[in-house]
This record gives sequence, structure tokens and C-alpha cells, in this order.
Amino acid sequence: MSLLELKNVYKIYGELHALDNVNLTVEKGEWVSIMGPSGSGKSTMMNIIGCMDKPSKGEVLLDGVDISKESSKSLTTIRRDKIGLIFQQFHLVNNLTAVENVMLAQYYHSIPDEKEALEALERVGLTDRAKHLPSQLSGGEQQRVCVARALINYPEIILADEPTGNLDEANEETVVDLFHKLHDEGTTLIVVTHDPEVAEVAQRQLVLRNGRISKEVINQHFTGKIRFND
Amino acid sequence: MKKRRMFFHMITASLMRRRSRMVVALLSIAIGATILSGLVSIYYDVPRQLGAEFRNYGANMILTATDGGFTSADMNAGRSVIPAADLVGAAPFRYENIRIREKPVVAAGTDPEQVKATSPYWLIDSGEWFKNSGELLIGAKVADSFRLKAGDKIELSFTPEEQQKNAAENKAVQDNVREFTVSGILKTGGTEEEYVYMNMEDLDSLTGKADRIDVAEFSVSAASEKLKGYVEEINRTASGVRASLVKRVTASETTVLSKLQALVLLVTVVVLALTMICVATTMTAVVAERRKEIGLRKAIGASDGSIIKEFMGESMLLGLLGGIIGSVLGYVFAAQVSLRVFSSSISFRPLLVPITIAVSIIVTGLSSLMPIRSATEIDPALVLKGE
Repeated sequence: MSLLELKNVYKIYGELHALDNVNLTVEKGEWVSIMGPSGSGKSTMMNIIGCMDKPSKGEVLLDGVDISKESSKSLTTIRRDKIGLIFQQFHLVNNLTAVENVMLAQYYHSIPDEKEALEALERVGLTDRAKHLPSQLSGGEQQRVCVARALINYPEIILADEPTGNLDEANEETVVDLFHKLHDEGTTLIVVTHDPEVAEVAQRQLVLRNGRISKEVINQHFTGKIRFND
Repeated sequence: MKKRRMFFHMITASLMRRRSRMVVALLSIAIGATILSGLVSIYYDVPRQLGAEFRNYGANMILTATDGGFTSADMNAGRSVIPAADLVGAAPFRYENIRIREKPVVAAGTDPEQVKATSPYWLIDSGEWFKNSGELLIGAKVADSFRLKAGDKIELSFTPEEQQKNAAENKAVQDNVREFTVSGILKTGGTEEEYVYMNMEDLDSLTGKADRIDVAEFSVSAASEKLKGYVEEINRTASGVRASLVKRVTASETTVLSKLQALVLLVTVVVLALTMICVATTMTAVVAERRKEIGLRKAIGASDGSIIKEFMGESMLLGLLGGIIGSVLGYVFAAQVSLRVFSSSISFRPLLVPITIAVSIIVTGLSSLMPIRSATEIDPALVLKGE
């Protein structure tokens, strides 16, 4: 059974078809990137896969459960238990330290455990910044805290929305390396990006256009490492 | 336990971060709690304070004879019904027609110390109260008509009953005559200025009568209902006397009291309503400011219940702090009002502290309901794409 399946999914706002008969299957442990111009439906698809929206038509099966039929309360539970989110603008709680921001995800999931949260920060190379507030961290460091928060509850899928959009090249590479490590550990990754270099690293690239998957490219030389074009 | 610690850490950190905004909300809650605690203190203390004030306007209960006159024993029987703590004063009066320079005047025998207690508004214009035998206090009008002043000596004549028949038949009359010293001139603005006052014993010796009282004036420090209870009890148990309330005094005391208490209640309600509006406005602004953070919390798995709990926690913490501050300041406020308005201290009511804190928490919680409800309606998807 595939981890994620979108079957004939539509999202219609009045006359606009934000998603227009999308079919997609993502296997467990797969690394998929989604590209596309603005307004192509990437955000809508992310919202639906991330259990923050429901399709107008079609089925979305996550781990065998059709989330298009679930209540918003159970969508919250599914999102909390199965999905780790990474955002372009990091979205850390400003009055909590790095480790507390990681513990926040544990707090809503089960019980906050500082030791475990520190281990997650260690995985992203931020042990020495654990007690710093977001305002005391660089953009790259904030994004790494965001990655640590996303993976702390061992989600089935990590959904990253333009994760390198606000980062310089060095930090971009660090974050992609982190994705590579997560992928190696068996985590399923779906990364929405504008950046072709980040998209090409994935095992499979999808291009969305006018709410449809217009192109699908399998990376034959998948290494999980970024190659910058100078 | 750890989860609870994290919860408290989150709400305190959130309050600290929005210090300036939260100080405004805290101030409004503290002011509301201060007014609530202060006014409730005054509300319960006003009857006592006002009762004491009203006692300055004279007696509020009188005892009259059921038949002719009554004795001091009858009066004491009535007096014993009222607890000593409630009885401000009990002044007996007996009135007799006497003559000064052959002109008729009404003389009253009484107990000056008791009159001072029952009628504190009596003003000695010149001289002093009568104290010793042979001294009398003279009403201002009587003093005017006889051109008398403090220190003057005057003769008072009284025609005994058996001699009054002779007087009617124009036969020789044997009057009782006694010389008195004017101790002072009395001003009240009322009919008291038309009388002369002396010790009951002096009136007895002048008239040759003994132990007879026409009316006794009682000044009782008690609320209307309690006062009525005393009247009923005296009328039920004491013989020879009939007690009744001085409606002029008791009715106005009740009216003023109920109006004051209604005003205090109204002000409290208005202040609490204003506090609620201020808290609701602050919380609405806080929710608007924190839309993204709320969206993020929901996106990473916070349920509506968690969001409600966190915001309610913040509100209630504010309510708790405001309540504590208000309890302290409320007592200071009530003590100041009491001192300045009634010139007396106010008793501290420990029960008011938990009540004020509880009301502050409830009011703050209620004010936050609408803003918190709007927080739960925030779409978690707004955190994506930096919307």
C-alpha cells in the first residue's frame, strides 16, 4: 500500500480549478519535489496533503485513510501524528527558545521531553544554540530548528514548503543535506520549491501547471546531494 | 507534570513578551477589582457608618405613657430590651408649666448626659450644659424674651395642683419658688428653644412630684428592621409604656441607605462592564497580532481545545494578578473613602480577597470568550506561503 494516494482530486473555487483531476502516488521513504509557477496549485496541494484543507472532489488516502472525509478535529490529529511541516518563513514562536520550539510539537503530540528535543537539535547541528531565542538565530539556524521540530514526533511524511526560499547557498546546502539524512533514515519527503537545484536532488520531480501535473521526472542519478551550477 | 510546567511557561512567556499591551489589560482588571473590592467593603460598611451619622440627627425611637405618665422603672424595662451596644442614649423628659417673672414657660426635667447622646445637634450658644443642682439650660427664644444670659440668676415659680383651684377663684396662692442659675443658652433651630431644661431632681423639688416621665427619647444604632423588632419587643414585654419609631428619622435613614447602596451597586456593575470591554479589546488585539502564531500552533497539531486552554490560561493569569492587586488597593480605597467621607476606619473583610480574585478571574475569562473563539477559527493553512 502506498503511503499517499491522490485519486482524481479537484479543488474548485467558483470558476477556478486550483487542482484539476490530480492523481499522485507517493511511496513510503520516497523523496518527491514539486515545482511549478505561482498559481499552479502547489499551495493548494500542500494544504490538502498536509490535512489543512479538503478537496472539492476525489480521494486522498494517507496511510490508507481517506482524509477527504475526515472531520477537522480528526484532521488535526492526523496532522499532529503523521505530518511534519517545514515552512519558508520558519515560523518559530518568538518568545520560546530553540529547544522549547521543538518541545512545542511534542507538547501538542504527547509529552514534552527536553532530552529528546536536544537530541533533535543535535541532529541538525544546533546543540550549542538550544537556549537561544529565534531572534538570536540566523535564518539558516531558524530553518534547522524548524526541521528539528518537524521530525521530533517521527512523522510519516515531512512536507516542506519552499524550505530554502529564504536561505543563502551555504544554508540551502545544509538543509538539503539534512533532507538527505532524513531520507536515508527512511523518512518520506515532499518538498515544494521554486529552486530547480533543490528540486533536482529529489528522487522524483513533479511539475504542476494550471492545477494539473504537467510533467514527472524520475532522477536516474539520485544521490540526494545538491549540485550547484556556477 | 512536565506538560503543565510547559503550559505555565508558555503563558507567562507570552504575557511577558506583550508586556506593554498586557499592562494595559492588567491595569484595567486591577482598577475594576479595586473598585469592586472597595465598593463592596463600603456597601457592607455603609449601614454602620450611615447609622452613626444619622444618630447625630436625634432620637429614632420614643417611649410614651400608655396612661398619664410612666416611671423610670418602666423606662428601664423598655431600655433593657435594647442591647447596650446598640443603645446610643436614652433621655427621659418631663414637662411642667412654670412661670418666670409671672410669664408662663415650659420647663423640662431631663438627664443632660443622655440628652448629649441622643441629641448631639443641640448647640450651647453661650455658657455650658447644666450639671449641678440649681442650674438650668435656657432656650434661645426664652432667653431673648427675658433678656437672660449665661450666669444670670432667675426665680422659677410653680403653682401646685392644690393651689391652682385657689388661683382660679382669685384667692391667695402659695407658689413653690426656687432660684436657678442660667448655665447656658440652647440653640437647636426647633421648639427646644422655647423651653428651659434642668435636672429631673430639680424639677421634682420645684413641682413636688417624683419619678414621673412624660416621654423618653431613645437613640438606637440599628437598621430599620432591627429597630422595628425592638419596638415590637418593648410593646410586647414592657408595661406602662408604648414604643414607636420616629418616622422622620428612620424613614430617611432607610431611603438614603437604599439609594446609596443602589448607587454603589450600579457603579460596581458599570466598572466591571468597562473592565470587560477593555479586556475583550486587548484580547482581540492580541489574537489579531498572534494570528500567524495561532495558525502555526494549529498546523503543528494544536487542537481547538489547546488554543482555548492557552488563551484562557493567559486571561485567567491576568485576572488572578489583577484580582490580587485589586484586593489590596480596594481595601486602601475603601479605607480612604471611609476616612474622608465618614471620618472613621473600615473593617478589613478577609473573605473579600478570594471573592475579588474569583470575580476578576471570571470577568476576565468571560471577556476573553469571544476573542478566543475567533482564535480557534484561524485557518492553519495561513502559515504556508507566508500569507
